[in-house]
Amino acid sequence: MPVKMFDGNGAAVEAIRLARPGVIAAYPITPQSSIAEHLADEVANGSIDAEYVRVESEHSAMSVSIGAQLTGVRVATATASVGLALMHEVCGVAAGCRVPIVMPVVNRSLVAPWSLWCDHSDTMAERDTGWLQFYCATVQEILDLTLCAYRISEHEEVLTPSMVCFDGFYLSHSMQRVDTPEDEEAWSFVGPYVRKNMYLDTKDVMFINDLCPTVEHTEMKYQQMMGFKRAAEVAKEVFAEYKQRFGRELHTVEKYMLDDADVAVVTIGSMSGTGKYVVNQLREKGVKAGLLRICMFRPFPAEEVREALRGVKVVGVVDRSSGLGAAQGPVCSEVKAALCGETGARVFGFTGGIAGRDISDGSFRKIFGELFDVYEGRADDCKAWFDVRDDAMSIREVDMPC
Amino acid sequence: MLTYKVQPKGAVSPGISTCQGCMIDVIFRNVLEIMGDDTVLVVPPGCAAQFSGTGPEASVTVPGIQGNLENSAAIASGISNGFRHQGNKHTKVVVIAGDGGTVDIGIQSLSGAMERNEDILYICYDNEAYMNTGIQGSSSTPFAASTTTTPAGKPVNSKDLIQIVMAHHVPYAATASVANIPDLRRKVQKARDIEGCRVLHIMSPCPTGWGYPSAKTVEVAREAINCGAWVLLEYENGKLSLGRRPAALGEAEKYFGMQKRFKGASAEDIKSASAHFVERYEYLEKLSELC
Repeated sequence: MPVKMFDGNGAAVEAIRLARPGVIAAYPITPQSSIAEHLADEVANGSIDAEYVRVESEHSAMSVSIGAQLTGVRVATATASVGLALMHEVCGVAAGCRVPIVMPVVNRSLVAPWSLWCDHSDTMAERDTGWLQFYCATVQEILDLTLCAYRISEHEEVLTPSMVCFDGFYLSHSMQRVDTPEDEEAWSFVGPYVRKNMYLDTKDVMFINDLCPTVEHTEMKYQQMMGFKRAAEVAKEVFAEYKQRFGRELHTVEKYMLDDADVAVVTIGSMSGTGKYVVNQLREKGVKAGLLRICMFRPFPAEEVREALRGVKVVGVVDRSSGLGAAQGPVCSEVKAALCGETGARVFGFTGGIAGRDISDGSFRKIFGELFDVYEGRADDCKAWFDVRDDAMSIREVDMPC
Repeated sequence: MLTYKVQPKGAVSPGISTCQGCMIDVIFRNVLEIMGDDTVLVVPPGCAAQFSGTGPEASVTVPGIQGNLENSAAIASGISNGFRHQGNKHTKVVVIAGDGGTVDIGIQSLSGAMERNEDILYICYDNEAYMNTGIQGSSSTPFAASTTTTPAGKPVNSKDLIQIVMAHHVPYAATASVANIPDLRRKVQKARDIEGCRVLHIMSPCPTGWGYPSAKTVEVAREAINCGAWVLLEYENGKLSLGRRPAALGEAEKYFGMQKRFKGASAEDIKSASAHFVERYEYLEKLSELC
């Protein structure tokens, strides 16, 4: 299998090229823009045989994608941040009409204040829109998970669209070596798009998405819920087949040094490599630290999380979005719900890495330090936000006489 | 898969869900008859969506999708590109949207589709307010008209959709009216056979929202043309052509008097509206002489 050099956006484009979309609708937004550009290049130079629709907004990018895929072709689009927020309304349409679109999302903070940099506030805000969500830790995984997402989303018992989420700049603009399947190898795995549920065809007439009465709406949502249930199983089947074909292991959750761990962190996205590095350092000192990475956030792999963290006494969950007003950040809420009443573990939420602030090895050492203080009885609680400046309450508008 | 409870004569079932006196069904029947079975329909929420069916029941025999209020042109663009990619150049993609979904919230996606010259036929039936939600004012609501959100009469003129359309250099655009069905049919026919983004703007008076007896829809629509409140025109390959100069251009009293929505209009308001009708008509006339 050839090794190629891609940044994260390049890997997403390569996966899309390998899946041979027939219609591409894209609108540029930092840090996704090079996806929109490179897809246009691939169409212009003939390496993708597709109609490229230069839409005037992300809302239209998703609307064009829905219309096109309902005619029976695979589509491609990609977005980030406020672009995803603008799409929100129509993301629900894709999900509810069971149009299995696969969309790379380059994670970037939501406004305000404006930021070009990474956090998960954009995709976390979409977590209940009815899309599967995968979070990548490496550029290699962007390629792998995107290819798998087509198979999972398009499975006839799933028919649910996917967001393949990866951290803006940390992954989107990081050049890494990527084992890349040959075109035919990839095609034999992904296969042509086959319309399976709702479609627009003048030979087989249906009217899609008209006003649905209350007597049926709950049942339509129930069907979507069942799609998510199947997605959890189908993802594992597809990952197993992917490993067999291409030799790389993909996960719903990835366990790292958890078997005998007393204390563990739960991570998501590109921060995970740094977390593992700190686990290694702690292990060298004889400290029983571990890490669990959430790779698939929707459907949330609650059973695997429970299983993985069964022996762990103190758990710290790192959220890369602020989860304002919630009892916990979104990842922590899910982990707590999964563990509730199942283990005796104490679970603490940590919020940080907002708007591109680096989650460094130092950050993880501090987090582990706090968790071990609880584990060893020196403390009873942890600070919910990490790496916050001491002058947090006196910068900008807040710094006024009152 | 569509199964028929009642075999319709055309592409629209007998028995419809519009208000009495509404001519959306006449627009649907004529448009779909001319466009034929090989047509896919896009409708946003609104009167047209209520008309096209609810739940498992549809009133049209062509396939369709109800999109969102603002993205009909974008969904239609996607459908058109999907068909083209599969080598299907014969299936026509038709949007039938109201004024709110077109001139207000939908103007952006329509603008995008027109600029890209998507191969779609976009039809706006204009009843000059958000009628399905209960007669709220839109940017198509005319000056001095009372709606539930302009109770004292709208203080400004309506947005000029057809001029916005012409500014996009589409291959074909036209206005039409339910008062003149042969003219409407001719324009739909012409639009059907042209490739690219075609836009039809059709006046469709609303007895419920405008406040006139339901038997008078055609009369009201005809009077709109007579006084210049509605101008019939065609724009083809950059050339604008108008119909005959209206007999009573600028005489808005009769038109205003037919409708309760103008009940609060003062003599000054009617004078101002009349002047606007004349100014707009003469501007379009000059434009038509230019090229």
